[in-house]
Amino acid sequence: MKADKETVLTGAHFIDGDHAACEGAIAAGCKFVAGYPITPSTEVVERIALRFPLVGGIFIQMEDEIASSIAIQGAVWAGKKAMTVTSGPGFSLMMEHIGYAAITETPCVFINVQRGGPSTGLPTLPAQADMMQARWGSHGDYEIIAIVPNSPQECFDLTIRAFNLSEEYRVPVLVMMDECVGHMTEKVVIPEARQIDIVERKFTKKPPGEYKMFETNGTMVPEMVKVGDGYRTHLTGLTHDEQGYPAMSPKVQQRMLRRLVDKILLNEEKIRHIEEDHVEGADVVVISYGITSRVVLPAVNKARKEGVKVGHIRLITVWPFPESYIRELAKKVSAFVVPELNLGQIVHEVERCAAGNAVMQLVPHAGGAVHAPEDIYDTIKGVIEHA
Amino acid sequence: MLDQQTAEIEVPEAQNPVESLLRMDRMPHIWCPGCGIGTTVNCFARALEQSKLDLDKVAIVSGIGCTGRVAGYLNLDSFHTTHGRAIPFATGLKLANPDLKIVVYSGDGDLFAIGGNHFIHAARRNVDMTVICVNNLIYGMTGGQVAPTTPVTAKGTTYPYGSYDPPFNLPYLADSSGAGYVARWTVYHVRHVTKAIKEAIAHRGFSFVEIISPCPTLYSRRNRLGDGLDQMKFYKENSEIKNGADTKEVGMDFQGKIIVGKFVDRERKTYRQLMNEHLSNVFGEQFTPYEG
Ligand SMILES: Cc1ncc(C[n+]2csc(CCOP(=O)(O)OP(=O)(O)O)c2C)c(N)n1
Ligand code: SF4
Ligand SMILES: [Mg+2]
Repeated sequence: MKADKETVLTGAHFIDGDHAACEGAIAAGCKFVAGYPITPSTEVVERIALRFPLVGGIFIQMEDEIASSIAIQGAVWAGKKAMTVTSGPGFSLMMEHIGYAAITETPCVFINVQRGGPSTGLPTLPAQADMMQARWGSHGDYEIIAIVPNSPQECFDLTIRAFNLSEEYRVPVLVMMDECVGHMTEKVVIPEARQIDIVERKFTKKPPGEYKMFETNGTMVPEMVKVGDGYRTHLTGLTHDEQGYPAMSPKVQQRMLRRLVDKILLNEEKIRHIEEDHVEGADVVVISYGITSRVVLPAVNKARKEGVKVGHIRLITVWPFPESYIRELAKKVSAFVVPELNLGQIVHEVERCAAGNAVMQLVPHAGGAVHAPEDIYDTIKGVIEHA
Repeated sequence: MLDQQTAEIEVPEAQNPVESLLRMDRMPHIWCPGCGIGTTVNCFARALEQSKLDLDKVAIVSGIGCTGRVAGYLNLDSFHTTHGRAIPFATGLKLANPDLKIVVYSGDGDLFAIGGNHFIHAARRNVDMTVICVNNLIYGMTGGQVAPTTPVTAKGTTYPYGSYDPPFNLPYLADSSGAGYVARWTVYHVRHVTKAIKEAIAHRGFSFVEIISPCPTLYSRRNRLGDGLDQMKFYKENSEIKNGADTKEVGMDFQGKIIVGKFVDRERKTYRQLMNEHLSNVFGEQFTPYEG
């Protein structure tokens, strides 16, 4: 399906990442947003509040992020596409409901404009320190998809992709922006509606008596229904059987959880989204994501001018982690350099996948600003000397 | 001869009159003997039946707790959400599809401890939904800890010497937060409960029904109040019907008088009405009312 031309703001705009993400959600067909103000994400919902009355959507400012993160799921079961938007402390409050969306396979989108933490931390300044929280923040085993834009344009593009992935896999998708990307103003080109692909929800065609909530019929993702259509289904956050009924046994838990995890992990290559630059024949590869990828550019350019064979890969989808990709790459290069706006998160994933086949060097940054390109450059030079 | 006679007698099939509203494939339920939750479900089912609503358009949302399990036993679109969050889930459901009739059915702890903030805000906004609270004055599911409704001096596992935490007066809280319909009954008053639920469901806007209910296993036993039947006797003897009572005056003491009745019944514009009217005024033709 294509986007609705009545709602898409086709044209070239000069807007920041927060505004672009809002337009992405609208283009994706989002009709329900619940949120609670928090810097540096508030502009997303402020623009939603401005735009929604004209495009047939509902925005509600809830009493907190806990309420927001479950209200959207109510809206989804009423048949709508829905999202919530937050930062740091609000993201922490949403964790239980990311788990609820995961176990109930409720397609929805969470935007987290990352700021420095822990706690109130650095409300107005960037960080990339919620990457592990995005993956593991709710209790229990589960999988989510997390994608990381590095520009306002991508805030638009990837928010659409987030909605599409959430429908395809029936999973919460997290758009992990950061304060820099959120507040940076650049040119954003919004294509014509007919050029924007939208994944619609897969509603069952089975009649009520034959339909089972979590029957997968050979696929990995069950079909949905919506409230009011006569299916009279039951949805629970308890471990449940194919009918959706609570069934608390190790056997049902194993079957349910295995599928929840496998539907993402076994499709990792399909979900994978990586940008490669000079990776062929590289000695050192810098691995980055989000805003940090843009600071990497001057560093690798400078090193290349000096003859260093340095490649750069940018993880656009961070979760599920491109495990096999990194594992293979580790056999071909001598070192990885991983700059991130935290004291070491994704570097551990890279290290795990490299399994000792390549030297590993984190370029940490506690947040509040982006790296100085020199720090990344120096690290590249350093690993070359020691390789 | 006898055989022939019996063959001619029509033996009525033993069927619960509200069976079609229950998920019989999930029986037996988890509730203890003497627990009041089942009685409230019976009243609810009868109220629904009498309401003549299209049951395909009725959704029930519960939180977590013994009462939270109600959603799972009703043959409706039903949601067992997270602890305390049934109301915001229901808010999303209702706003996204205004044609639905939404009932939130949960326990006192769920709705008024962890979920208390959501309760007052949904009442303030006047989101069109009915909230039914089975108030057993305790946390049942987790084993008898005190709730924000536990009367002072009553014992719970976390206040083993008796509670000194002042409890909420739920009708007063609902009233002052903006609920348009507020009633309290006990499980002894099955007819009143059924009627109150029917009225609450018919009410447009946020409506609230509190049902005082025994938890024999945890509350009554620890407080030496006998079994479920003893509690019913207590309700019978100590309830006073005062329709229209000032909700300020209906707080409950440990084993004291229980004021029951319909306390509040007034119209306020619903959240959706307020939104659509306001935005239509602002935008005129341009406004695209959310078509659900
Ligand atoms: C976030 C969270 N905290 C705590 C619990 C544990 N818990 C489950 S039910 C419950 C209390 C339920 O009490 P009430 O709502 O009064 O229901 P009842 O069992 O009495 O019907 C608690 C604390 C939980 N499930 N989730
Ligand atoms: S513990 Fe109490 S509230 Fe729970 S089912 Fe038993 S009697 Fe009912
Ligand atoms: Mg209780």
